[in-house]
Amino acid sequence: MNFGEILAQALPLTLLFATPFLFAALGEVFVQRSGVLNLGVEGMMLMGAFCAIYVAAPQGLGAGAFAGLLVAALVGALLGLAMAVVSVSLQAEQGISGIGFTLFGLGLSSLLFRLLAGGVITAQGTGFQPIAIPLLSEIPVIGKIFFQQNLLVYAAFALVPILSWMLNKTRWGLQIRAVGQNPAAADSMGINVVRVRYATVIFGGMMAGIAGAALSIAVTSVFQENMTHGDGFIAVALVYFGGWSPFRVMLGALLFSIANNLQIWAQLMNMQIGGAPIPSNLLIMVPYVLTIAVLIFARQRKHNAPAALTRPFQRGEN
Amino acid sequence: MRTRLYFSRGDLVIALAPIIAVLLALVAGAILLLILGANPIEAYATMIDGAFGNQANVFRTLTRATPLLIIAIGICIAFRGGVTNIGAEGQVFIGAITATSFSLGLGAAFPPALLAPLTLIVGFLAGGFWGAIPGFLKARFEVNEILSTVMMNEIAVQILLFLMAGPMLDPEQIAAGTRVPQTAEVPEAAWLVRLAPPSQLHVGLFVGLVMAVVVYVLLWRTSIGYRIRAVGQNKDAARYAGMSVQRYIVLALVLSGGLAGLAGAVELTGITHRVVEGFAVGYGFSGIVVALFGRLHPLGAIPSAFLFGALLVGADKMQRSMQIPSATITALQGLIVIFVVSSEFFVRRYTARRKAQGATPAPTTSELSQQAPEAAI
Repeated sequence: MNFGEILAQALPLTLLFATPFLFAALGEVFVQRSGVLNLGVEGMMLMGAFCAIYVAAPQGLGAGAFAGLLVAALVGALLGLAMAVVSVSLQAEQGISGIGFTLFGLGLSSLLFRLLAGGVITAQGTGFQPIAIPLLSEIPVIGKIFFQQNLLVYAAFALVPILSWMLNKTRWGLQIRAVGQNPAAADSMGINVVRVRYATVIFGGMMAGIAGAALSIAVTSVFQENMTHGDGFIAVALVYFGGWSPFRVMLGALLFSIANNLQIWAQLMNMQIGGAPIPSNLLIMVPYVLTIAVLIFARQRKHNAPAALTRPFQRGEN
Repeated sequence: MRTRLYFSRGDLVIALAPIIAVLLALVAGAILLLILGANPIEAYATMIDGAFGNQANVFRTLTRATPLLIIAIGICIAFRGGVTNIGAEGQVFIGAITATSFSLGLGAAFPPALLAPLTLIVGFLAGGFWGAIPGFLKARFEVNEILSTVMMNEIAVQILLFLMAGPMLDPEQIAAGTRVPQTAEVPEAAWLVRLAPPSQLHVGLFVGLVMAVVVYVLLWRTSIGYRIRAVGQNKDAARYAGMSVQRYIVLALVLSGGLAGLAGAVELTGITHRVVEGFAVGYGFSGIVVALFGRLHPLGAIPSAFLFGALLVGADKMQRSMQIPSATITALQGLIVIFVVSSEFFVRRYTARRKAQGATPAPTTSELSQQAPEAAI
């Protein structure tokens, strides 16, 4: 197989597999820009993933992909609301409460999976199907890569400029950034810090839920216990990598999508070590090693960090 | 007189906050079970019976509590040092697999009487090394240790799977052609003494109890411990006082990882005698919950580990006799973490009110919640 053919096969998958990362990380950009760190993304993704496939798949409620997506978004938003109560109103330590939400989501999604779905569920045929965009999809190579994807892939990438515009050019975005930079000043200008942070954390939870739905009904068509394997945490790392900017976060999501699917690339390119295929465990490790590398690199972007990140706001204290 | 009454109520709030938090989590768990169509009273009764019902069950609870206790003691060091170590899970694996490799490969070179303690020390060192990596990354490059330790967990899992199925695969499995991923059995000289056969209770429990005291002394009675805590409470002040903040960040993670590695080696030499699929899965996260519930105090971790050991043993029973998946406990642990961390809010409010009334400041109940939050990279 020549390199062009390999790219033509692997790149559409790269966009597809980047989608869950992208939804989760874009949501987290908003959360962090308002000064809150949501480390519960992993658990919220798992809950979204299970709820989506359970609602959508025939062995579950059989209500179809859109209903699944909607329920996943609602469940994510609900968990986001709970996280907001804990981290904004009760001012709990955000790192550890995020781990609490991750454990909760991991446990509850596994529990529901066993009890409601009997430990097996697939959305084969009922998930989001590729939609070929007329004309554009017929362009050689490019068409297959970009214009024969499913709806969630289009939505995720379309959200990048939209959210970037919202964050940088609208009043809402300004309020979010002000609250994340200097909550006391924002407060004195009449911005309701608590309300803004509730809104972003709920939005972040919703996006994590959608990211989970993308994973279970638009990418893999199955649910497995702990199927995210750290993807939620990687999404948080992508926010640092992207310097809190939606466009750069998108580049990070694509990079990690490639890293996450090195097995496919290695197979296509017939990569070998000493005459044998590369052990799959080593390939699976790559995204995690890459995440650490990315975090080292992201230090240079630290000046972009919202100044009040992880600092709870209490009027009259700062 | 009124103030006197008020103070004691404040003390009560501080002492009861985590217990109330756990009770609330249990109530939330009960509601969850109810929604899922299980009888929560029956479920909790089954759990209590499974954990304490007879002597064998109590021994089971103590056995399960042993690794949790050792891990939690390590977590206390990290969290007190201002380092949120979420990597115990991976540190346990690396400790156990290195200890296995050591006792299988070099065990014959040492006198049998020394092999068990040496194996435990190797486990400690390996876990400490696995903790040193995120420690160094945080100290040198300001890499967020929560994210890096989570990544180190995933990497450790893959290393473990790779070694178990490949280079360290049990020769008997190869001979039999079954290739079930597991390592060979470690030499009998490395096994920890069982305290009350046929139960699996082993001397590792005493290792844990001794470590709790050692770490308590280390943290509150030595200058190293004082510095670890000083860095944890306020990095800038510690730096201003001339301490090498970076060194104590790394040290806190090395000791924390070391104890998790020790827990892995204890579980290996005390219970399984080999690394098998599913070895110690979830122990690292439970250890974090145990440490938080024990108010990040090594001695507080002792009753806390016993409680969570009971919870896990009880959950196994619940799964067997009521078909309620043990994932319930993971969800419940998540709720407990959320409620315990949230309850700090009320403790802080009482402490602040007391200060405002001009009373002497209350002893810090959790330095963790009071440390200045850092920018998150």
